[in-house]
Amino acid sequence: MQTLTINGQDYQVDAPESMPLLWAIRDLIGLTGTKFGCGVAQCGACSIMIDGAVVRSCSTMVSQAIGKNITTIEGTSASLEALRQAWRNNSVPQCGYCQSGQLISAAELLDTNNNPTDEDIDNAMSGNICRCGTYVRIKKAIKEAVELKKQV
Amino acid sequence: MEKIEMKRRDFVKVLGLASGGLLFGCNVSADKVVVNTLENGISFVPNLFIQLQKDGKLTIVVARSEMGQGIRTSMASAIAEDLEADWKYVTVQQATGDSKFGNQNTDGSRSIRTLLKPMRKMGAMARTILEQAAAKKWNIPVSNCKAENHFVKNSTTGEEIFFGDLVEEAKTIAIPSDENIILKDKKEFKYIGKKVIRGIDMEDFLHGKANYGLDARLPNMKFASIARSPVTFGSVKSYDTSETVEIDGVEQVVQLDRLIPPAGQFFGMLGGVAVIANNTWSAFQGKNNLNIEWESGLNKTYDSEKFKEKLIGRIQNKSKVVPPFKGNVDKAFENADKVIEATYTMPHLVHAPMEVPNALAWVRDGKCDVWAPVQDPQTVRAEIAHFFGFAIEDITINVMMLGGAFGRKSKSDFVVEAVALSQKINAPVQVVWTREDDIQHSFYHAQNAQYLKGSLDKKGKVTGWLHRVAFPSITSSFKPMSNYIAGFELGMGFTNNPYDIENIQIENAKAESHLRIGWLRSVSNIISGFGINSFVDELAMVSGKDAIDFRLDLLGKDKAPTEKSPHPFNVARLKNVLLEAKKLSKWGRELPEGHGLGVAIHYSFYSYVATVVEVSVKSEKVKVENIYSVLDCGMYVNRDAVINQMEGAAIFGMSITMFGKISTKDGVVEQSNFHDYQMTRMIDAPNIHVHLVDNEEDPTGVGEPGVPPVSAAITNAIFNASGKRVRSLPLSDHGMV
Ligand code: FES
Ligand code: FES
Repeated sequence: MQTLTINGQDYQVDAPESMPLLWAIRDLIGLTGTKFGCGVAQCGACSIMIDGAVVRSCSTMVSQAIGKNITTIEGTSASLEALRQAWRNNSVPQCGYCQSGQLISAAELLDTNNNPTDEDIDNAMSGNICRCGTYVRIKKAIKEAVELKKQV
Repeated sequence: MEKIEMKRRDFVKVLGLASGGLLFGCNVSADKVVVNTLENGISFVPNLFIQLQKDGKLTIVVARSEMGQGIRTSMASAIAEDLEADWKYVTVQQATGDSKFGNQNTDGSRSIRTLLKPMRKMGAMARTILEQAAAKKWNIPVSNCKAENHFVKNSTTGEEIFFGDLVEEAKTIAIPSDENIILKDKKEFKYIGKKVIRGIDMEDFLHGKANYGLDARLPNMKFASIARSPVTFGSVKSYDTSETVEIDGVEQVVQLDRLIPPAGQFFGMLGGVAVIANNTWSAFQGKNNLNIEWESGLNKTYDSEKFKEKLIGRIQNKSKVVPPFKGNVDKAFENADKVIEATYTMPHLVHAPMEVPNALAWVRDGKCDVWAPVQDPQTVRAEIAHFFGFAIEDITINVMMLGGAFGRKSKSDFVVEAVALSQKINAPVQVVWTREDDIQHSFYHAQNAQYLKGSLDKKGKVTGWLHRVAFPSITSSFKPMSNYIAGFELGMGFTNNPYDIENIQIENAKAESHLRIGWLRSVSNIISGFGINSFVDELAMVSGKDAIDFRLDLLGKDKAPTEKSPHPFNVARLKNVLLEAKKLSKWGRELPEGHGLGVAIHYSFYSYVATVVEVSVKSEKVKVENIYSVLDCGMYVNRDAVINQMEGAAIFGMSITMFGKISTKDGVVEQSNFHDYQMTRMIDAPNIHVHLVDNEEDPTGVGEPGVPPVSAAITNAIFNASGKRVRSLPLSDHGMV
């Protein structure tokens, strides 16, 4: 048994040795907001934060998260809430499937950069594929969230 | 019409609605609406349900699949509009796959096209009943009662009644006759054509709560991963499971035979070896550790590069002429001042929706329940009945949210696999495709080659047009040995070429299929859109005219539409989008060094699109800077969702143009995941500018029409920027990305 701390709550899991975090979170714990897209760190759908840093959970071992704080899309933070509001304002999602990962990647950007440039946004977000093609809106919403966050 | 035996409470139960409240059952088909409150027996089969509860909650049962096009929000807002509902009370429930909901197939960009009017009428009918109920309650003429934002207002006293408080009274009101149902004036619209405040699923998306197929869960369910033959339609010779059963979590290994669909319908399944585990990861690992010897079969010689050369060879020679043809092209070429010809090619493509194909099935007690992201639940149901012998009414398809589809999820092979496995192992089981499975075992968009030949007279006017095309047909997936393109495929831009040319001939050369061929967002319009728009550009350059003026000329004079169709082609609308795109893109403006503009137009799914692209070319590398798209889709419901679809179509078209390529060697697909089947990412995303034409025309397609013009607009822009004409896609083959 291992203990994983996700969004401030402890979960006991009995994960097979080589199992990546993605599957422990989805199949063993049952939090399905974190998505499977490629399994090889190419698409960003499975993005989560460990102690505030974004990782691709499909390619991160359970052992790397023991004793640390995991944040998933089911969680919250000042950056995530600002982003959610901006996402609403801009009707960003189409199918929505990639958006958990997009929001998590964007949250790290906002946590670490108060005034991201276009280039900063491109760099932070280019690991996240959106097959529906909502990039223009994501970029606009991130800029808006930066402003929203300053207001609170 | 079939007499319906079910009572109100049966519907409430089947639909999983809360009891109580006012329930409308409607039969909605493209041209008419039949409705009743279901309080007494009814004499029709309802296919749409609306429930108003005493707390004001308005539930709409939507029978179309949500795959990113915002259909749940659009359908709900069309009803809410004429019902005068307050959006905050509106919720949507997804219908299971059942014939009582009418045609549920979500493809061909047709949902809003066929359902807008009937849905509005449905809303207006419910509103009229609520107004009459208020009139009865107040004992005043109905003309003094006006519904507004979930209340009915007494126009004399200013008094108001909440919709929810009219539920009981409304049950006693007779269904109003057609002439008493008045649709709202367009000027009063709050939702249709406006930006909707809140998409129905927005909060779920933002909190990871939306339930996609892959999120379906049942107690004690199993997870399965299937190894399928690397060569299409190969079979298992032998396999060794010793390294698989070692894996923690793996429970059993099951062989599946291929199921071949009967001619003309269904999809069957490929078969293979399935690993069953108690979690997805162990199933994946177990599959990777199988040692399988395959019997590759007939397709093992398929080499897509060689096949491309074969197709190019075939279209250099006269092929099967397909109607309609006009005049005499040979004469036109003989008498021409200039004759030019060009050959264009595009490879196979795959949908790669963000959510991989998957399905959860549970077969027990002679019944079959499925939870899956499917575009066409009724066909799935019929297919399960066919292969496994269940009675139709014992099969339930719970349509989950679709994490993208683009045509992939209307082919139900992945559901058939889950049902077959559940039946074999006697447990609920979810089949999960890996991304590698998705890229390597799909129903592919067809590799294609086109040869175009055109003639110009001394004034630079086009006098003759010959268009030869070859690609394996979608029909081959339903009828083996279908080696020619089907009429419905040729009707996507080839035989309905919009240009006014005196001599036209279309020819179709043979193309065998060696992979499963299927439809992908916009289907063969992608092919015709690239070939025709590229060639028209080449003609324009040779004639020395401006690319937009040349096209306007070539489209000819405005004519009254003559086609026998619910939405006949109107050339004036196509010219209009082109002119709007000219304006939007500031066509003709001075461009920075190394930049170029290109244009393309296309008519598909009854909608009209013009796209202008601005690229920059620096040391042979192409960057798409701006995409300007103009869409005329008639009346639209959710303005912002339509714009979002057009933005998405621009990116989808870009992915095709820059990177889209599935190739095979020895019958095996060479790509496997997003590192070698790449798509456009944020860093490459251009600015996208969308303009929607406002008119009162009937609504037409939105999801697909934006894609076909993108490729040629990009390559035409590259020519404008650099003088290099790209005739074979993708650009990555030329080292240009
Ligand atoms: S699933 Fe982890 S990056 Fe794609
Ligand atoms: S919204 Fe569908 S993949 Fe991004």
